[in-house]
Amino acid sequence: MISGAAKKEHIFLVASARRSINILLPLAIILVLFSLASAQKKSSCIECHSKLEDTRLSGPAKAFDNDIHHARGLSCNDCHGGDPNADTKEGAKDPRKGYLGKPKTLDIPAYCGKCHSDANLMKRFNPSLRVDQEREYYTSVHGKLLKSGETRVATCISCHSVHGIRAITDPLSSVYPSNVAETCSKCHASADYMRGFKIPSDQFDNYKKSVHAKALYEKQDLSAPTCNDCHGNHGATPPGIASVANVCGQCHARQAELFQVSPHKAAFDQRQFGECIKCHSNHFIAKPGDEMIGMGEKSVCITCHTTGDKGFIAAGAMRARIDELIGSVDKSTEILNRAERAGMEVSRPKFDMKDSTDALTHARVLIHSSSTAEVDKVVAPGLAASAKGYQAGLDALAERSFRRKGLAVSLVFILFLATLVYLKVRQIERHQNESANSA
Amino acid sequence: MKLDAVTSWLDERLSISTLAKLASKKEVPLHRHSIWYYFGGMTLFLFSVQVVTGILLLLYYRPSSENAFESVQFIVTEVKFGWLIRSIHSWSANLMIATLFIHMFSVFFLRAYYPPREITWISGVFLLFVVICFGFSGYLLPWNKLAFFATKVGTEIAGVVPIVGRPMLRFLRGGDDVTGATLTRFFGFHVAVLPATATVLIAIHVLLVQLHGMSVPPNLLGQPVKKMKFIPNFLLRDLIGWILAIGVLAALAALFPWELGEKADAFAPAPAGIKPEWYFLFMFQTLKYLPAKIWKFDGEVIGIMAFNFTAVLLFVVPFVDRSPENRRRRLIFNVIGVLALLYILGMTIVGYLT
Amino acid sequence: MVLSGWEGESMGDISRERRGENPVYPDRPGTSRRRFLDYLLGTTATATLGAIVYPIFKFMSPPQVIESTENSVVAAKLSEVPVNTGKIFKFGNKPGIIVRTSAGELKALSAVCTHLECIVQYRPDTKQIWCACHNGQYNLSGKNIGGPPPRPLEEFKVNTRGDDIVVSRS
Repeated sequence: MISGAAKKEHIFLVASARRSINILLPLAIILVLFSLASAQKKSSCIECHSKLEDTRLSGPAKAFDNDIHHARGLSCNDCHGGDPNADTKEGAKDPRKGYLGKPKTLDIPAYCGKCHSDANLMKRFNPSLRVDQEREYYTSVHGKLLKSGETRVATCISCHSVHGIRAITDPLSSVYPSNVAETCSKCHASADYMRGFKIPSDQFDNYKKSVHAKALYEKQDLSAPTCNDCHGNHGATPPGIASVANVCGQCHARQAELFQVSPHKAAFDQRQFGECIKCHSNHFIAKPGDEMIGMGEKSVCITCHTTGDKGFIAAGAMRARIDELIGSVDKSTEILNRAERAGMEVSRPKFDMKDSTDALTHARVLIHSSSTAEVDKVVAPGLAASAKGYQAGLDALAERSFRRKGLAVSLVFILFLATLVYLKVRQIERHQNESANSA
Repeated sequence: MKLDAVTSWLDERLSISTLAKLASKKEVPLHRHSIWYYFGGMTLFLFSVQVVTGILLLLYYRPSSENAFESVQFIVTEVKFGWLIRSIHSWSANLMIATLFIHMFSVFFLRAYYPPREITWISGVFLLFVVICFGFSGYLLPWNKLAFFATKVGTEIAGVVPIVGRPMLRFLRGGDDVTGATLTRFFGFHVAVLPATATVLIAIHVLLVQLHGMSVPPNLLGQPVKKMKFIPNFLLRDLIGWILAIGVLAALAALFPWELGEKADAFAPAPAGIKPEWYFLFMFQTLKYLPAKIWKFDGEVIGIMAFNFTAVLLFVVPFVDRSPENRRRRLIFNVIGVLALLYILGMTIVGYLT
Repeated sequence: MVLSGWEGESMGDISRERRGENPVYPDRPGTSRRRFLDYLLGTTATATLGAIVYPIFKFMSPPQVIESTENSVVAAKLSEVPVNTGKIFKFGNKPGIIVRTSAGELKALSAVCTHLECIVQYRPDTKQIWCACHNGQYNLSGKNIGGPPPRPLEEFKVNTRGDDIVVSRS
């Protein structure tokens, strides 16, 4: 039993404890709720670093807002280790808490690969993402050079940036299709930087002039190829001399197909010409024109072929066929346009001319077979369609002149009739006058 | 004779001999300005050409936005002489509006609206508006790009009128925008509402002319004037004109066939430099020249209201200038008329040159 | 009000004129000339009237191609499209493609590739629709399944009427 004085003290203590609890408990509940309510876990790294004056230190913290890892609920410690709950530099960057610090260039692929090569882990975030980027990277020129100790090559962060990494579907991402070439050229377009690497630095300049760049940048066609479509992204390597047609053939399937079975394949591979590149170049791929084939001075055929050899003759023959079709199509289009300008309705024959313009496109593709017979196979029906169009144009013009002749005849009748009526009027009035005078 | 038996049979039932007697009495005054008497009949003739070719086109035309253009294309390419009927219809519309303007101005300057001919004039002014509506509604029917935008701009201008403008625009367009609903509506106006209205107005107009006879210019009033019998003398002369008009229409159709254009596309931007048909051009050009703001109103609104006001003024002409004795008023009206004519011609030319 | 239209000097007597008689000298030399003029007038007027009426009647008689509508068109004949082949046809002023699958079913789609507007074709080996320009692929419902094309091909309704394959907008 508690004595009187102790009882008083006891009562006092209990009362004050109760008072404290009355104040502290709600406060604690509020604090807990508050910290639960805030979406992000506490990150002392971000809190401290974003307040620092040196932009090298505050930059990453601020950029991290836009990072896709941040959006997925990850923070600095998930890559760099350390303790995000500690409020001191030493506590946060404690190596015993797993703090790794800034990785060395040679270690970057493994750093990122810690997660990105772990299928079980990546499954939790995005099951469709590949997990072999690190492995692929080491097959690339960049990876091989890195392994040999060269640190001036691209690593993960060179292309994807670091701390502000955006999803690849985000148009602001450095690896979004329309941004890829610029990202690669950060290094590759600088002759200074590329010194010692024995490859040119004019690829981006050349690419910018190409048909593909025009499609990608001007027409906003995201399916148009950029650096990674031909070179690969993580496994970036120029395609082998004997595999170029396969690479181009991803889109230009027909041309590649024809080339593979043509006599040029063996000849080009043996001489290490680089297949498609020999005639079309690799980066400055210009819109091909008919002058590229044949015996003229702009032709690519005469680079190797000379007068009299089989190739030379075939080149000339194929060009002649194409020129014949072009001539026919031009003639037919011209007469149909003439008929249209003259007011005749020729929309159907004009539509049917698509067959011959299509044939022309096909013929230009079929030259990759190096076979005049193959080209002939499409040129012949093309010429037939074009002839039909020409005939339609002739018919339209004939109808027009028939109408004009009909008009001339009817006008003669009409004028004659008008004259007769006029004479009749005169005759009637003469009689009226006479009868009036005689009356 | 068989013919006599037929005529007497008809006469017993329809009193044609009375009509024939009245017709035989109709005379046309002969003087320096008699030539203008031809233009009313010419307008009527061209209107009947429109009715005939219009009915023929109706056999093949389809008034929906999916089919209209193709049906006109069909008429012009597949139907025998379709090109001829269609081009005549389009050309004759323009010629009719031209002769209508000539007729109206000649009636104005020759004062054929003096009493007792006020109602004839009023029915004529109504006919002017009916014919302009014919032109505006018919223009949309081929549903090509030019027509689509001309209609868009035209109905937009109608919508600018204060208070009634917006409901009027919705009424014309069958909605807020120019769509297939507009086409259907315009078709209804063009082949039913307007022809019915025109028939009534023309009947009134022509009957009144027969009732009152041909007018004489004010300076010849009260003097003896040489006259010509309408039947057969003037009518045969009319006929010569109409025969020549057929020739002109045939020539225009064969030498300058009316264009088909491209099918209308509601989402494509307006083609550059669109302008309305020539009979709207002077108004269009005027609106272009008005400043954006006049006092505190939109320049465009002022312009439209001014045109509307002028249209109303047209109606009251015979009530303001109603006496051949008032020479001063006649002079003022002549000056106004000449200025109006010059303005219209001038603005039309400017519209074409720019 | 004075009805001034019916009075005043007139210029001749109609009824005698209509009878064709010269009122004063029945056998004047002008008679034969008048008759000749009347004859000429009559024949020319008839000929001109015929020249006006003839086109009108020809216009009214239905032409060879009966319908103009773009909403449906006879794309081809069944006999022209064997199993596992495709055929291009004109629909309005755009090309369409009819495919007869290996199961015998008929499919009609727009033939304009949604990438760069080349005309697609049916590949009997892959049993898919293919665009030769940049290796675009579509399945037989028109869905773009490979290559650059960003959107599917529009599908049309197909019906048969005897030997005719009728394609209409869905």
